[in-house]
Amino acid sequence: MSDDAVDTRRRRFLTGTTVVIGGIGAAFAAVPFVSSFQPSAKAKAIGAPVEVDVSKLEPGQRIIQKWRGKPVWVVRRTPEMIEDLKSLDGGALRDPESAESVQPEYAKNAWRSDKPEFLVLVGVCTHLGCSPSFVPELSAAGVKQPWKGGFFCPCHGSQFDLAGRVYSGVPAPTNMDVPPYRFVNDTKIVVGEDKGDAA
Amino acid sequence: MNAIVRQLTGLRDWVDDRFPLMSLWNDHMGQYYAPKNFNFWYYFGVFSLVTFVIQILTGIWLVMNYKPDGATAFASVEYIMRDVEWGWLIRYMHSTGASAFFIVIYLHMFRGMLYGSYKQPRELIWILGMLLYLSLMAEAFMGYLLPWGQMSFWGAQVIISLFGAIPMIGETLTEWIRGDYVVSDITLNRFFSLHVIALPFAIAGLVLLHIIALHEVGSNNPDGVEIKKTKGADGKPLDGIPFHPYYSVKDFAGIIVFLMLFSAVVFFAPEMGGYFLEANNFIPANPMQTPLHIAPVWYFTPYYSILRANTINFFFIDAKLWGVIFMGLGVMAFFFLPWLDRSPVKSIRYRGGLYKTILGIFVVCFLILGYLGLLPPTEGRTLVAQICTVIYFLFFLLMPIYTKLDKTKPVPDRVTT
Repeated sequence: MSDDAVDTRRRRFLTGTTVVIGGIGAAFAAVPFVSSFQPSAKAKAIGAPVEVDVSKLEPGQRIIQKWRGKPVWVVRRTPEMIEDLKSLDGGALRDPESAESVQPEYAKNAWRSDKPEFLVLVGVCTHLGCSPSFVPELSAAGVKQPWKGGFFCPCHGSQFDLAGRVYSGVPAPTNMDVPPYRFVNDTKIVVGEDKGDAA
Repeated sequence: MNAIVRQLTGLRDWVDDRFPLMSLWNDHMGQYYAPKNFNFWYYFGVFSLVTFVIQILTGIWLVMNYKPDGATAFASVEYIMRDVEWGWLIRYMHSTGASAFFIVIYLHMFRGMLYGSYKQPRELIWILGMLLYLSLMAEAFMGYLLPWGQMSFWGAQVIISLFGAIPMIGETLTEWIRGDYVVSDITLNRFFSLHVIALPFAIAGLVLLHIIALHEVGSNNPDGVEIKKTKGADGKPLDGIPFHPYYSVKDFAGIIVFLMLFSAVVFFAPEMGGYFLEANNFIPANPMQTPLHIAPVWYFTPYYSILRANTINFFFIDAKLWGVIFMGLGVMAFFFLPWLDRSPVKSIRYRGGLYKTILGIFVVCFLILGYLGLLPPTEGRTLVAQICTVIYFLFFLLMPIYTKLDKTKPVPDRVTT
C-alpha cells in the first residue's frame, strides 16, 4: 500500500469513535442546560404551610388563601348545602365517590372534608388550571342541571358542586383537589400539614 | 460625478474579490427570475418580512425600558406607555405588529393553499414555512406573558397546563416549563429570555432557509405552471422576469400601502376593540383570581375552540387529553398537505367544483372556530364548535380521496396573464 492511498477502514473507525465520544460529551453537556429549567431551590422552599382563620367566616361564604402560589378556598357550608350534596349522584357527577380524585384520606367522603361544615379546596380547575368562580346561588344562569350551587370555571365551562365534585359532560376530568390540612382549634386551619401531624 | 461612480465601483470590486457580493445579489435579486403573473396574493411574503423587521426594531427599544420581573413588569410597561419619550408609539407598533404578523402569515399560508404552492417540488419550502409558523406561535405566546396582566397570567397558565394532560410525564413537564409550581416570576424571566433571544434567532434562521429553498426551486404562480420548463435561447425562463427591478419596485409600492394600514391601526385603534390588546390585560396579574371571561388573542382562537370542543371521554382517554391531542393535530395537519393533496394540478384555477366547495367550507369552519374561541362557552356554541372541528379534520383526512375525484381542467403550458 502506497502512502497516498486512503485507508477507508481506518477513516471509518476514527469517524465512528469521534461521533460516539462527541455524542456522549454533548449529551452530558446538555444536562446542566436542561436541568436548569427545573424549579430552583428557592422555588421549592416557598411551600411552607399557611394558617387560615375561619372565626369570621359566615355560613355560605368563602375565603381565599395563597398556598404554594395557588389559591386555597375555605367554604363554610350551611346545613342545607350539606343536605343538597346528597341529592347529587352518579347521574350528574363524574366521580361522586372521589375514587379517581386527589384528597387526603380524611376528606374521602360524601362531603369531601374533615368537618362537613368546612370545605377546603385547592381553587384550581383540574382541566387547565383556571380558578373557578364561586356560584352559591341555586338559580344561576347557563349551568348544567341539577344545580345545587358550586363552582363554575369561566375558561372552559367546567362545573363542580359544593364539595368540589366535577359534573359529567364538562372538560375537567376529576374532582378539585383537596390539600392536606388540619384543624389547630375550632377556628384555625393549617393548610399544608396533614391531620395528625404534630404541631 | 464620474469620479465618484468609479470609486464606488472600485469599492464594490474590492469587496467582490473578498466576498461573493455580486453573485449573491444576482442569485437572489438581479438574476432571480420570478413568474411574471404574480397577483395580489404574492404580497404577503414580503409583508411578513417587513413585519418581522418592525418587531425586531421595536423589540430592541422596548427591552431598554422593560423589566422582566414579576414585581415590576406591569408597572414598567405602563412606564413605557406614559413616561418614556415616544414609548407609547414603540409599544403600540410592537403590539399591533404581533397581530399584523398573524394576519399576513395566515393570508400567505392561504395563498399557498389556493395555488398549490406546497406541492412537489416545493414541499420543503412549505415545511420550513410551517416551522416558522410554529416558532411565531411560541414567540407570540411568550411575548404575551411579559406585560404581566391578568390575560398574560391566565393565558400562560392554561396553555402550559395543556402539557399536563400528557400521561405519566405531564406534571413534571409543566413544572419544567414553568420552573415553579405555578406561573411565577421565574416563568416570566425565562419567557423573556426565549422571547427576545432564542426564538428571534430561530425565526431569522428559518426565514433564511425558507428563502434559500424558494430560490433554489423557483416561485410558484397563480397558474401553477413551472416557468423553468419553457426557457428562451438565453436559458432564461420565457415567463420569468428578474426579481429586481420588477418585483422589488412592485413590492415597495405594496409595502407603502401596507404601512399606511398598519399606521392607521397603530394611531387610531391600537387595542382594536379588545382584540389586539385585551381589556383584562390592563389589570395586573392576580394568581388568586381568574377573570370571568378569558379568551386567547384572536390568532389562537381557532385552535382554542378545537380544544374546548372536546367534552367526551372515549377510547379510555379522557376529554382533557383528547382536547390537547386534537388541538396539536389541528396545527400539525398543515405539515402533511404536500402528501395529502393528490390532485394532478396545483392551482385553484384548474381544479374542479368539488375541491373549490370543500376548501370554501374549510375556510368558513376555520373562521367560525376562530369566532367561537373569542366567546364564553355555552351548550349551543360547543355543539357548533364540535361540528366545525369534525369538518376541519375531515378536510385533511379525506383530502387524498376528494382531490383524486375532483374533475380538473387542463393546465396550459405557459402562464396566462
